[in-house]
Amino acid sequence: MGFPDRIERTVELAHPPARVWAALTTAEGLGAWFGDAASIDLRPGGVAEMTWTGGDKASMRIERVDEPTVFGFTWGINGLPDDDPRRTYVEFTLVPTGSGTRLTVVESGFAQLPEDAYRMAFDGNTDGWAHELGELVEYLDAIGA
Amino acid sequence: MPSGPDIEAVAEDVFAALADPTRRGILAELAANGPATATDLAGRLPITRQAIAKHLALLAEAGLVAAEPGERRRIRYRLRSAPMQVAQQYLAALARDWDRQLGALQDHLNAAAAAQPIPREQGRNRS
Repeated sequence: MGFPDRIERTVELAHPPARVWAALTTAEGLGAWFGDAASIDLRPGGVAEMTWTGGDKASMRIERVDEPTVFGFTWGINGLPDDDPRRTYVEFTLVPTGSGTRLTVVESGFAQLPEDAYRMAFDGNTDGWAHELGELVEYLDAIGA
Repeated sequence: MPSGPDIEAVAEDVFAALADPTRRGILAELAANGPATATDLAGRLPITRQAIAKHLALLAEAGLVAAEPGERRRIRYRLRSAPMQVAQQYLAALARDWDRQLGALQDHLNAAAAAQPIPREQGRNRS
């Protein structure tokens, strides 16, 4: 199948898990290598935000915090509208090795399609600005009446 | 997980549609200026109405445009964005650059360790 749902990478890092964990889960760490600035509320259900000086922003919802071995979060898919319900799940796994840490990152969910989006993609007939503008006109007509 | 092959089929239709410059022109025109009839499009694009109609039929088949109800010559076509969003998911997966990101992490850890080394070797020497 040509549609990748899952991306996986593993790197060997010459640093102990505690250091890698801090780089992944602190505002200072995330703001240094991932974003240009970051904030994080490190607990399942907590929110982390990264911003870039170019004006881009990413908001993550934290799902798993098993210090210092698993850190997981979900975030939106690039290119889809901000309010799109589809999110990918990113999970970092840290395994100590003799000389440091084996870090694996898995991002999954690129091929997901929730029920409502599924309908929208395959037989929806109500999307588009023409429809939205029609609703606006109806609304304005209604409050004007 | 919902059926992947169907999603892939949708993405494939989008990319097949975008591979043709005439169809890109039609989609871009509908995106920029909203619903239009085949005659409108023939007036704005350097293509015959017959060719436009043929491409619109193909785009409708792929779900990328929808025909609004109307009298035959006056049927307006409008863009459907849902298949584009499916194609965007595919592109997002290809564009996700974890290699560069993990390289940045490695650089960050190296720089941080150089600034503040961990006394790992000391412990080993003492034992």
